[in-house]
Amino acid sequence: MEVDYSTEAAVVEGNLRLAEIDRIISRPIEERPGKKYLLALSISSSFLLIGAICVGLTFFYGVGMWGNNQPVGWAFGIVNFVFWIGIGHAGTLISAILFLLRQKWRTGVARFAEAMTIFAVMTAGLFPIIHTGRPWLAGYLTPYPNQHGLWVNLNSPLVWDVFAVSTYFTISLLFWYIGLVPDFASLRDKTISKVKKTIYSVFSLGWRHSNRHWQHYEKAYMILAGLSTPLVLSVHSIVSFDFATSILPGWHTTIFPPYFVAGAIFSGFAMVVTVLVFVRKVFDMENIITLNHLERMNKIILATGMMVGYAYGMEFFIAWYSGVQYEQFVFINRAFGPYAWAYWTMVSCNVIFPQLFWFRKIRRSVPAMFIIVILVNVGMWFERFVIIVSSLHRDFLPSSWGMFVPTLVDLGILLGSFGLFFTLVLLFAKTLPVVSISEIKAVAPGSQPSHAGNHNE
Amino acid sequence: MNENKNLYGVTALFDSANEIIHAAKEVEKAGYKNFDVNTPYPVHGMDRAMGLKRSTVGFFTLFFGFSGTAFILLFAYWTMSVNYPMVIGGKPFFALPSFIPVTFETTVLLGGIATVVGILAVFFNLPSNNHPLHDTDYMCSVSNDKYGIVIEAEDPKFNENEVTELLKRLGAKKIHTVMNPGKESFPIFEGRFVVFLILVVLVVCGGTYFTLNKVLYLEPFDWMLEQDKLIPQEKSTIFTDNKGMRTTIEGTVARGYLPYPFKGQTIPTETLANPLLPTKKVLEFGKGKFLTFCSPCHGNYADGDSRLHGQFPNPPTLHSARAREFGDGMIYHIIVNGQNTMPSYETQTTSEERWAIINYIRALQRAKNAKPTDLQEVQKELGVNVK
Ligand code: HEC
Repeated sequence: MEVDYSTEAAVVEGNLRLAEIDRIISRPIEERPGKKYLLALSISSSFLLIGAICVGLTFFYGVGMWGNNQPVGWAFGIVNFVFWIGIGHAGTLISAILFLLRQKWRTGVARFAEAMTIFAVMTAGLFPIIHTGRPWLAGYLTPYPNQHGLWVNLNSPLVWDVFAVSTYFTISLLFWYIGLVPDFASLRDKTISKVKKTIYSVFSLGWRHSNRHWQHYEKAYMILAGLSTPLVLSVHSIVSFDFATSILPGWHTTIFPPYFVAGAIFSGFAMVVTVLVFVRKVFDMENIITLNHLERMNKIILATGMMVGYAYGMEFFIAWYSGVQYEQFVFINRAFGPYAWAYWTMVSCNVIFPQLFWFRKIRRSVPAMFIIVILVNVGMWFERFVIIVSSLHRDFLPSSWGMFVPTLVDLGILLGSFGLFFTLVLLFAKTLPVVSISEIKAVAPGSQPSHAGNHNE
Repeated sequence: MNENKNLYGVTALFDSANEIIHAAKEVEKAGYKNFDVNTPYPVHGMDRAMGLKRSTVGFFTLFFGFSGTAFILLFAYWTMSVNYPMVIGGKPFFALPSFIPVTFETTVLLGGIATVVGILAVFFNLPSNNHPLHDTDYMCSVSNDKYGIVIEAEDPKFNENEVTELLKRLGAKKIHTVMNPGKESFPIFEGRFVVFLILVVLVVCGGTYFTLNKVLYLEPFDWMLEQDKLIPQEKSTIFTDNKGMRTTIEGTVARGYLPYPFKGQTIPTETLANPLLPTKKVLEFGKGKFLTFCSPCHGNYADGDSRLHGQFPNPPTLHSARAREFGDGMIYHIIVNGQNTMPSYETQTTSEERWAIINYIRALQRAKNAKPTDLQEVQKELGVNVK
């Protein structure tokens, strides 16, 4: 298997013509769902139902249904929140940062990754809300004039979180939608069903592929990418502030923001690869979502995985170097205490297994990469578990030490969050173009003018 | 100008990006202003070929983004330092560093929303689903894999034959004329749709009413109205006497309730002395307690004008010579012991409260039976010169 890395690989393989690209991408939307699709949907929606029941129990009986209690006041709720927010980061990284870096290969995977961002942020957003136990009062989180004369505390990282996550969601949604508008127009002009045509017309807003529009459109797209780039870095930094600004040993560290951002991208890419491996196979999109794309993502996983590994090491070093007894205890307890199993699961999944991506064979082998990215997903979930639970369960006073054991409701809600995410992903894959039609056409071979002949520019 | 009022313009389709760039350049050169190029994706170099000016979306973003910055900083200043100042973590009221995260997020939020809404509504004038180009073969082709150019009839130089000629010369594959749509029909005014809308309104209104007035008052959404606790005067089935409010257990002494040594005597020969001075604070305190415990029967000014509307025999006035001659200790004794029909207030009041009430009664008594010398006292107090 010889791969030439000295030239840029074609973004679209197999010499597809524009009309073929159009057909391949819109086929899953136009065909009736197959058996496998329905099977997948029923599994994911069953998980969703389990989650919904557990959330219902939580609302009815209160958060006492969960395993968290003193001293571990934050457990699955916040672990899942941080996990899902992290998953979201890959989408924005691909759609915004790689766009600014002019990485053309992003076009094949950007749309899907953006959708995953939106769904992951939606899933994540649920957790702080249900964690309050009175989710119907979530409006209190926003600063609005009220009869109590109170305002939210803008000094609090938890309020920063509300701002960051809601901004992130809004901007990602707008970015995603603006990318979808030309595709809606293409679908509108293709479909023969009257109902679909009405729906597409509404969402395409009457887009005409006019160059007078494309001009502003491209500019706006770049501006949004420019806004999203610092935004995506800020979101997980702010999430990490929830921990880092406290005075708890194990949380109170300045390395948290970059460490969290690297971890978020790491886990996000792992999730994107997990899903795309299926999508390209099921929808026959191997020429658009190519092996080269997957390999590139694996390289990013390798790089961010090592950043995360560095952060793990650095935390230990600083604990020792600081000379603070409590810091040192927390880290020794992390690695050798009652939650050591979680710690070593995390280290092996996040640091050791991704090292296999140094080998080209493994990087380009779909089954191998699938196993590794699944492990990364597991590892990153455990990373948040380790950070939260192992720091909380034994702090300054040995008399108030305790253990956290999840309840069935906890596990049900975790399962339900995967159900929600994958149900949304599956519905998306069948209703909207999973790859940006107009962007792929723009990077297909021969689609741009050659600037030859009478073009003296 | 064109003669045919109904004509929107002439369209032409091309097969490749090179051709369309060339065509756009030539049309521009020929002096047409109202023309447009429609391509399935943005073609590089087209803006220059069409002679378009730089996009100004950026200013939109900049303006609204910085408006967001300014707004949130002013908001933070006003809420945290003016409207409800609170010291948090020893920071100053206006703690700029810790407002940076929200400032950044609001900047991005407003800038981003303004960019999207701006291009769609202001720059593109969308939604425009009734544009003449919609539902034409031309639109379907440029949506898919063709490159099109349209010269509008509104152009001052427009002449149908000349335009067609020019496009043919440029090598267009298909040339069509596009008409303005006739009278627009609005499907939203169709009966069926109106009925549908009315149904939607009913469902939304009903659902909202039901949620806000019923669901939110069910367990567990009951705004904490349901609380497993006893409120004063409530019955309780836990105790055999069914009283929710408990009295002290026999043989125990609660704080502030030191046993009274002359308990049970009708007219004690010896009484306690008042340990409190009638300071302003004590009188205020006594007033509050008097109004709470004594005024229902004795009236707000101790005139014996009960507020109970005859549900309980009216007590005598406390401004009688008899009551005025009572020593403080005697009134204390009456409060603790009760007198005839007046029940004992031993369990409800602490000894400090009793003495404060007595001081207040003394003030009332003096006020109702003031002597001219008292007036002099008051005037002296107020600093008014009498003589
Ligand atoms: C339930 C109604 C009621 C309340 C409340 C009440 N009293 Fe009385 N009080 C009476 C009645 C009735 C009498 C007359 C008793 C009698 O016939 O000797 C009385 C008599 C008195 C007397 C004696 C007057 C006299 O001329 O013999 C004093 C002093 C007195 N009350 C003080 C108080 C104080 C101080 C309080 C507040 C702690 C209070 N009372 C609360 C009903 C009440």
